[in-house]
Amino acid sequence: MSDIIHAHELVKRYGTFTAVDGVSFSVRAGECFGFLGANGAGKTTTIRMITCVSPVTSGELTVDGLDVRRDPRRIKAALGVVPQENNLDPDLSVRQNLRVYGRYFDLEPRLVEERIDESLALFQLTEKQNDRIDSLSSGLKRRLTIARSLINAPRIMVLDEPTTGLDPQARHLVWQKLRYLRSQGVTMLLTTHYMDEAAHLCDRIVIIHQGKIIVGGSPGGLVERFGGREVVEIHMGDAERGALMERLAAAEGLMVEEVEDIVYVYVLEGDGIDPSALKLEGSKVVYRQANLEDVFLRLTGRGLTE
Amino acid sequence: MIDIALRCLTIRRPDVSLRALRVWQRNRDVYLRLWKSEVIWPVVDPLITLLALGIGLGGLVELGDNREYVDFIAPGLLAIWPMWAAAGECGWGSFFRMENHRTFEAIVATPVSIEDVITGEILWGATRALISATYILVIIAAFGTVDSPLAVLILPLAVLPGIMFASIALCYTSIARSISSLNYFFAVFITPQFWLGGVFFPLDRLPEWAQRAAWFIPVTHVVNIYRGLTSGDVEWSHLGDIAWMLVVTAIFYTIAVLSMRRRLVQ
Ligand SMILES: Nc1ncnc2c1ncn2[C@@H]1O[C@H](COP(=O)(O)OP(=O)(O)OP(=O)(O)O)[C@@H](O)[C@H]1O
Ligand SMILES: [Mg+2]
Repeated sequence: MSDIIHAHELVKRYGTFTAVDGVSFSVRAGECFGFLGANGAGKTTTIRMITCVSPVTSGELTVDGLDVRRDPRRIKAALGVVPQENNLDPDLSVRQNLRVYGRYFDLEPRLVEERIDESLALFQLTEKQNDRIDSLSSGLKRRLTIARSLINAPRIMVLDEPTTGLDPQARHLVWQKLRYLRSQGVTMLLTTHYMDEAAHLCDRIVIIHQGKIIVGGSPGGLVERFGGREVVEIHMGDAERGALMERLAAAEGLMVEEVEDIVYVYVLEGDGIDPSALKLEGSKVVYRQANLEDVFLRLTGRGLTE
Repeated sequence: MIDIALRCLTIRRPDVSLRALRVWQRNRDVYLRLWKSEVIWPVVDPLITLLALGIGLGGLVELGDNREYVDFIAPGLLAIWPMWAAAGECGWGSFFRMENHRTFEAIVATPVSIEDVITGEILWGATRALISATYILVIIAAFGTVDSPLAVLILPLAVLPGIMFASIALCYTSIARSISSLNYFFAVFITPQFWLGGVFFPLDRLPEWAQRAAWFIPVTHVVNIYRGLTSGDVEWSHLGDIAWMLVVTAIFYTIAVLSMRRRLVQ
């Protein structure tokens, strides 16, 4: 069995509220699997069940072939977990944080010291090793949280929004390190609401919306299937809109969506349509390639879910 | 629906292991990092009490049997300050770690279980009580209030009331909504024991019903034993005090584990 994480009809209820509503997915050995969803979609809840800190309401969930209900300690010993909120220990220095964390895994002190040096170096934190946690910037805290998750040399990493709130430099550094870890054979499951992050890092993604998986596939495949080849964004007032919509409705092979003051025209692959030939006019017209964000917004709707 | 209700009712067996010591070690490391700033209070407070009440007020107090008042209150201090130490650690200390620092959340993502965390916290609270008892034993011995070498037995014994008060405090912490609501616990539960646990006056001065009520005050039993050990008058009834503490400790430890789990496992 090469499924490292396997969920079948997984459900999580808090009282009468269903946060995760029957999701099924599997993560294969060595891949990077992404959970894409808006705020409140149920990403963290799913992660917390995988990391055995939140009990499953119903359904099946196995990690590395072990049942989360029966073997929480063994599963937790094998996972590297990066929680959504940094929960570093502010009473301890950077290095002590890692040392104490390693002890929770019952690892040999010498081995822990070696791993601390390695992961501090990997995340360029060696110079900060004696600093207090409160003195670190949020980017450094995030890096340290990821470094901490490597202390038990996990083969499976679970990362909940690894780069939310980071500046572009820090994000790229984290991406680069995650790609490096993946190249070392680590299986990864991550959540994000950054489409570029998912496109950049993930082999496969699922889009989760209000506790359900609505679609899954490779980022490129999803863009092709739901976003098409090209997108035209036409910004225009109400006056001219009627005429344009009529013309677009007459054209074949287009998908049209109106959102507030913008009309989106999706040109599907293989239609042989040249969008510039449509001679679309508005106060501003943008021709661009379709991306994952188009897929996401089309499938989950453009309104706020929370 | 019934199915869900039933599942909520089934009680999962507490999963305690030796990994609780890892949590204890974490707290110890933090203490060792900060101990210079913390070392002074466990010494100063009892010293002031001993001087003000024992020597100052004590000059005005007749106990009847030729005993000095300072000798009378010394073993009581050995009971109440460690009680404060354990309750403070598992009250304010644990609440801070749980809510403000999210330390528990970080720990349970490792192979340490929530029951291990709770047990480790209680053991650490008991350790703080032991540290405090050691300081105070040295101080009261220096004041010449210890008459029997049996008093050294107080040190290993101090772990039991330490666990007891730590467990009681953690029970309250598990239902506290904010750090300020912990003040109620100390005002309603800890401070009255300070005054009514037989530390500052013999309980037989109180009316019959109040003496009976004092039996339910945990610190009374600790004071009884310590008074016996410092004076050398050890009685069989002290075994009863120990049994009382064992039972109460077992009850509150169990409640602490179940109630903390209810709060933290969602
Ligand atoms: N302990 C809880 N009790 C009740 N409801 C909860 C609890 N934890 C989460 N929820 C609810 O479950 C839903 C899913 O939350 P979850 O944290 O999984 O979302 P998410 O996809 O991680 O969102 P975000 O992007 O904001 O992190 C939300 O509506 C949230 O309010
Ligand atoms: Mg989340």
